Amino acid sequence: MATVVPPPSKRQKRAELERSQLQQDVTLANEGPAGSFKAHFIDGDGKQMADVIEVPLKDASEKNLSLLLNTLMARDKEDFLPYRFRIHIPDSEIIVDEYPTDLVKLLRDHGIDNPFETTVTLSAEPQAVFKVQAVTRMSHKIPGHGEAILAAQFSPANSSRLATGSGDKTARIMDTDTGTPRFTLSGHTHWVLCVAWSPDGKRLATGSMDKTVRLWDPETGKPIGQPLTGHAKWVTNIAWEPYHLWKEAPRLASASKDGTVRVWNVVTGRSEHVLSGHKSSVSCVKWGGTGMIYTGSHDKAVRIWDADKGVLLHTLSAHAHWVNHLALSSDFALRTAYFDHEPVPDSEEGKRAKAKARFEKAVRVQGKVAERVVSASDDFTMYLWDPSSGTKPVARLHGHQKQVNHVTFSPDGLLIASAGWDNHTKIWSAKDGRFINTLRGHVAPVYQCAFSADSRLLVTGSKDTTLKVWSMATCKLAVDLPGHQDEVYAVDWSPDGTKVGSAGKDKAVRLWCN
Amino acid sequence: MPQNEYIERWQKLHGKRLDHDERLRKREAREGHKRSEQSQNLRGLRAKLMHEKRRVEKIQMKKRIKAHEERNVKAADNSDPSTPLPPYLLDRNDPQNAKALASSIKDKRNEKAARFSVPLPKVRGISEEEMFSVVKTGKKTHKKAWKRVITKPTFVGNDFTRSNPKVERFIRPMGLRQKTAHVSHPTLGVTLKLPILGVKKNPQDPMYTRLGVLTKGTVIEVNVSELGMTTAGGKVVWGRYAQITNNPENDGTVNALLLA
Repeated sequence: MATVVPPPSKRQKRAELERSQLQQDVTLANEGPAGSFKAHFIDGDGKQMADVIEVPLKDASEKNLSLLLNTLMARDKEDFLPYRFRIHIPDSEIIVDEYPTDLVKLLRDHGIDNPFETTVTLSAEPQAVFKVQAVTRMSHKIPGHGEAILAAQFSPANSSRLATGSGDKTARIMDTDTGTPRFTLSGHTHWVLCVAWSPDGKRLATGSMDKTVRLWDPETGKPIGQPLTGHAKWVTNIAWEPYHLWKEAPRLASASKDGTVRVWNVVTGRSEHVLSGHKSSVSCVKWGGTGMIYTGSHDKAVRIWDADKGVLLHTLSAHAHWVNHLALSSDFALRTAYFDHEPVPDSEEGKRAKAKARFEKAVRVQGKVAERVVSASDDFTMYLWDPSSGTKPVARLHGHQKQVNHVTFSPDGLLIASAGWDNHTKIWSAKDGRFINTLRGHVAPVYQCAFSADSRLLVTGSKDTTLKVWSMATCKLAVDLPGHQDEVYAVDWSPDGTKVGSAGKDKAVRLWCN
Repeated sequence: MPQNEYIERWQKLHGKRLDHDERLRKREAREGHKRSEQSQNLRGLRAKLMHEKRRVEKIQMKKRIKAHEERNVKAADNSDPSTPLPPYLLDRNDPQNAKALASSIKDKRNEKAARFSVPLPKVRGISEEEMFSVVKTGKKTHKKAWKRVITKPTFVGNDFTRSNPKVERFIRPMGLRQKTAHVSHPTLGVTLKLPILGVKKNPQDPMYTRLGVLTKGTVIEVNVSELGMTTAGGKVVWGRYAQITNNPENDGTVNALLLA
């Protein structure tokens, strides 16, 4: 029989406990690498933000650096901005997009033998002060449409209204809080191809296969005025005049398959200008915040028009095939005008001023207002343009292996996401068109994608019947959202970030929330 | 690797003969002359066989020429598509067949009852005498044995290797093996030649299922990946079940109907 060791005495136990605690403290003190490095903070334009400062390596987490930078810029505690840092490797062109857990290892991996006492340049990108949580579940399925749903858009004012256009010749306004259809807007005689909310959220325009554009009051569901007729073929896209440019009457531009874009006065219902010049179907129209209208067409050209005079300003021809989609760096700011997380101003002038200020903040690059355009094309590439500085493209974004269908700027104007027929979504830097990452996961063409309001998440809708939410910090899949029975034609993230609406061939609108 | 691909194996190991391409080219160049000589000089049964083969070839050739001509015709297709499409899909004439197929299958899947119904619920019973014939094997007196030869077409997987002839009990003749099936989609009315993946169930006998016997009413799994169908979860559908609708031993081919 083996001898059983007696249990430790109380004294022994206490000594053991003391020793283990002591050891823990020792490891705590030794945690993290010793030494320090010099941090040189620059902003998006390459300007120095604060003096070069020495940072101990063991404290150099992204959160701490963000705190340090805010303190260095002498901000009040309430005005602190979260920052995301990109690391410029010293003595090379390499920029690391993702902040590592172990900075020393990263520097050593890039051939910096002595990371201590080197000056590391960190470009700081301010993040949104609010955080949108990834949508994880389906909150509502709203049936009602009799045919496939072709377009969906959230109201800019809040996330409780979603407009959809369908193949059953009606548009509907959904109450997303209760998950019920609110109004059925019937009047079109053919499929409703596109819906567009006015930036103040008080009108809704729908464009249809029956060659007309109709206007609706989203509060009552009644039509406003007569349908806007004049196009010779179906209407492919609608763009509203930005709110800060509205004069006595708001205007909107509609693009059509007949190769023209018409600018309408929505109060009188008269067509002010007919912008003709494209030789083929106009696939996309955008109204910029500086009073210019951008159009992309199947005749391979992107054209820029003056909205007031109705004359052609520039033709940007670089693409070798159809231009499918355009996006502006100011898209989000123009769409939501004066609505953001802060209270809405009371007076008309206040709203104008706020809309203008938001637009200028969104497009300001190195102190001047420069609205950027990116065009996606069937030639598998995209071009990034800066129309304020010339007709030469800033960059050619190539990497897609099939046609690019949809492209969008992030609300903070730092990223571009492009989706295409090659099943991938690609992320690009909006500053210089540098490729950042590919989001792989869909098994069929990706039709649409939408950023969340804080630019930290992206949702994509695909032919493979799923939505996928991607994290922009890691460029990885955050949430996979199956649930649709068939192809997803339209997806939109509400401007306040609480809901995602998607719709497609299975005739039901689905709302997703966290 | 299948057992009969010894030439391919040899070529993988040692490469082709140095004059392989040259010989191939010359053989192909001579082909016409050889054909001509044969058609002029063959007599009797061989002539009959040859001309029958030639007749079938000519039919195929004419069909192919017709298909090419049809392809070259540019149809002025200005008609609107019949199903509603978003603006970005409107001017693209991608083949929509496979998708129509996928959605009709999904519609059908909603009807729960359809899941268990098959087009041919009853089959004619096949006796063991009809299914198997007997061969004698073994030369030495004490090793003499008999084996069963399956007289029906079978599906033999790609990775099948014969077991030791001494212990082997069933012989599946090479000439009766089938690798592909002509699979029809019931509602769409398209027929495609698809590779067989396996035999799911032979209603006659579980043993026939194990042996991969293809008779009328057998449920087989076919590779539908080229149709590009997806599940509700967004995964690509790879294999689907189909039921054999003809008597493969009479026709020499396998025709099947895709199940819901």
